[in-house]
Amino acid sequence: MLDFHKNHRLLVLTAFTVFLVLSIIIAVIPAYQLQETEPLPNMEALSDQELRGLQVYTAENCVACHTQQVRNIEMDNTWGDRPSMASDYYYSKMRQDVWRQSPSILGSERTGPDLTNVGKRQPGEEWHLLHLYNPRIVVKESIMPSYPWLFEEVSEKDIRKNDLVVPVPSKFLKDKDKKIIASEKAKDLIAYLQSLKQASLTANMKADEFIPASKKKEVTKSDEESNLVDGAQLYMKTCAACHQADGQGLSGAFPPLAGSSIVNDSNPETLIKIILQGYDARAEYGVMAGFAEMLTDEEVAAIANHERSSWGNSAPTVTKDEVKKIRDYIKMLNQ
Amino acid sequence: MKKKFEYIYDFFIGKRIWLTTALLSFVQLAYSQQTPNPSTENWMLSPGIIGTIVLIAIVLIIAIFILTTRLSSYIDIVKRKKIATEKLAFAEELIQLEDSEIDQILLQRKAALNFKLSGEELGGHIVAKDGKGMIIKVTHDPENPLVDEKKNTSLSVETPLPLKKIILWYIGASVFWLAFGTLIGQYVGMKFVWPEMDSFSWLSFGRLRPVHTNTVFWGWASLAMIGLGYFVISRTSNTKIYNYTWAWYAWWLINLSVVIGNIFLMSGINNGGGEYREYIWPVALLFAGGLIFTLMNFYQTVATRKVSEIYISNWYILGGLVWTIVLATIGYLPQFQDGLGETVIQGYYMHQGVGMWFMTFTLGLIYYYLPSSLNKPIYSYSLGVLAFWTQMFFYTLIGTHHFVFSPLPWWLQTVSIVFSAGMFIPVIAGTTNFLLTMKGSWSDISKSYVLPFFLVGVVFYFVGSTQGSLQAFRFTNFVWHFTDFNVAHSHMTMYGIITFVLWACIYAIVPKITGKNPRQVFVGVHFWLAFVGLFAYMISMMAGGTLRGLSWIEGEPFMESVILMQPYWVWRAIGGSLMFLSHLVFAYNFYVMARNIKPQSSQVKRIFQNSNI
Repeated sequence: MLDFHKNHRLLVLTAFTVFLVLSIIIAVIPAYQLQETEPLPNMEALSDQELRGLQVYTAENCVACHTQQVRNIEMDNTWGDRPSMASDYYYSKMRQDVWRQSPSILGSERTGPDLTNVGKRQPGEEWHLLHLYNPRIVVKESIMPSYPWLFEEVSEKDIRKNDLVVPVPSKFLKDKDKKIIASEKAKDLIAYLQSLKQASLTANMKADEFIPASKKKEVTKSDEESNLVDGAQLYMKTCAACHQADGQGLSGAFPPLAGSSIVNDSNPETLIKIILQGYDARAEYGVMAGFAEMLTDEEVAAIANHERSSWGNSAPTVTKDEVKKIRDYIKMLNQ
Repeated sequence: MKKKFEYIYDFFIGKRIWLTTALLSFVQLAYSQQTPNPSTENWMLSPGIIGTIVLIAIVLIIAIFILTTRLSSYIDIVKRKKIATEKLAFAEELIQLEDSEIDQILLQRKAALNFKLSGEELGGHIVAKDGKGMIIKVTHDPENPLVDEKKNTSLSVETPLPLKKIILWYIGASVFWLAFGTLIGQYVGMKFVWPEMDSFSWLSFGRLRPVHTNTVFWGWASLAMIGLGYFVISRTSNTKIYNYTWAWYAWWLINLSVVIGNIFLMSGINNGGGEYREYIWPVALLFAGGLIFTLMNFYQTVATRKVSEIYISNWYILGGLVWTIVLATIGYLPQFQDGLGETVIQGYYMHQGVGMWFMTFTLGLIYYYLPSSLNKPIYSYSLGVLAFWTQMFFYTLIGTHHFVFSPLPWWLQTVSIVFSAGMFIPVIAGTTNFLLTMKGSWSDISKSYVLPFFLVGVVFYFVGSTQGSLQAFRFTNFVWHFTDFNVAHSHMTMYGIITFVLWACIYAIVPKITGKNPRQVFVGVHFWLAFVGLFAYMISMMAGGTLRGLSWIEGEPFMESVILMQPYWVWRAIGGSLMFLSHLVFAYNFYVMARNIKPQSSQVKRIFQNSNI
């Protein structure tokens, strides 16, 4: 009979069978089903270089600190326009090779920011290069490790034509006479990070909605939405990584905004155009990508106003209508 | 099969109707959780948060209780000293007495002294002799200035030399991995405060973090558990271990997997970064091989037992091994692990790794070592059986609670939350059983250097597991998920429960088989450094993690939450350093207990031969 306490075979066999059955129900079958998810129609497969970058990402175990999942709760709205869905992971979560399985990029700790949309949020290559070489060059309080082994230290004369030189400020250099160039691995990793963008859904698809943190907050938002956009906070989230919190920029990489003639120009047109379209007119600085898709008119206005009234700058206020006009004009030109 | 289902039916519905009702109430609980729309206004009043605070308070109160008993025994000693000085004063008073007064007192005294018993009242003329070896130690000067003197473990367990060697080598290796693994942990903890400590790729945070976790998992806890398990299996089956050579194969395989696995991790070769399965499959295969040898050995030993019943410890130990082998197989099979399939398996694997391996096996060890240290039977065998089956049933289903609000199916998340609440059953059954076993022996705790470790482990078993269940609820998840709170929880369980219990078992058994006791003051130093360190670690990470979660809910820029964590990271590093120091002390204690076992063992033989046992 059921004499588990006397029959060791029955005891071990029962424990084995029940556990196996439960495991199949709770893990193996759902895993099988999820594996059959299709990619979104707008998604692009990772290029070879991006795939190599993903392998660097896994080898350095970036997943220990960075998540890649936008949860369906309001606070995660910062990291993406919609909650992540199974299809988003179609290309990035394939088995790597015979030795290594699909990378666990969803992560379980958010010691550093979520990277689901970092390709949109932080598109510039220069920024990534500096940030990887030493994160504290661009973000003073960062606690992320430096990755100097993804770079080479060479003397100026040894730089070849195709080398990617990183404009590291001299106080971060061990040997002030040397130059820092990016290795292939660093380029691959950055290509992968730049590829991280949430794919847009097609017209007949609908994303989950974010669950709001509290009902009360929702009410206030719809009531006084127009006044609530905080330019300083938006600047910190969107712009400060390059132009820095004090508006001083980084010499050799990102231009200062404090005292800038474009920011202080009483006609805000150029400033707004740069925010919307990006900028690549000055060889001594990195390329800036446009933010037209990420920011609404009033957000652009709020950021512009913050820049025009901080760090000793002073210029007349910009309204969201002015931004809208310029945005429409750009659209018209592009058509 | 039919019989089995009958039994299960009988078990769950026939005899244990209350279990079903409990289950129903959990389902109800899940329904009330169905529409998560938590208000953050009153986060302090949410059941999960209040529950956690209460739980931590329980541990604090118990710590204060232990401290007070210690203090009161110290005060006793001081009082006794005071009495001695009073006696001295009395003697001086006597000296100053008049002669006539003294004469009178002396006469009275002489009469009293001359009173004689016949001398035959109690024992007649038998010479006093301790024929059964009841007296462990005779001391004429028992007063220790600070704390109670602990009982030394008596030399009482006859263990075959090969088994003795196996136990000591398993524990010895585990002690090394504990010191190594926590040195790494301590180092990566400091990197939160000083990110520029070094810039070697092999020592970078991302690569070292899994070295820390895997070393303490597979090197420290697993080896220590198996080593302690060998004694339990052989002792409770009343037979010798089936095959000593297999034990050595397993020892080599497991140690090898930790060495090779760590070298791979540091050189940037890992399986994909999923927690606790960072070792690539060939390395994990070595470990699994070790488990299979161990299972075969334990199973055959139990099969050849010389008593008819299988002691409850062996249920847990065999169950833990079987389940973990299944778990490792599912965790590494590639057929269903692309896309989010991998994430489902990851939740299942990382949770069961803790629950079906460390927790189950360690519970088995408690069922033997706790009653044996108290020298009395376990309170209830049936509670142990109930906890065994419910552990298997509920624990298996809750892995996905690591991915609440993720893109994994909502039903899978809900099941995991419901059964997380179901975990209350095995946890309460186990805790009750252990505490009721200790009941009536509280005074032994201050006299033993083993039992305080057990007490902390058992209390954390309740607190850590219950807190984990609360953390799975959707609101608490809202605040705490992705923050350092998780790190606090895992240390509360893997350290507060598993590590403290393993220490208790090691201090209980090693002196018995080697005949050497550690210096008690060093055991005390070990205990308090580890305990205080763990508290500093836990409280700082919990407080910081909560504030960080709230900062995210408020929508503040991410860097704000990094800056606000900095003081908490400093406190974590301090707590971690204390913990690491305690491990060095522990390693020394182990060395004292275990050095030179060979001559000792022949001495044991001599003693047993002399006393004709």
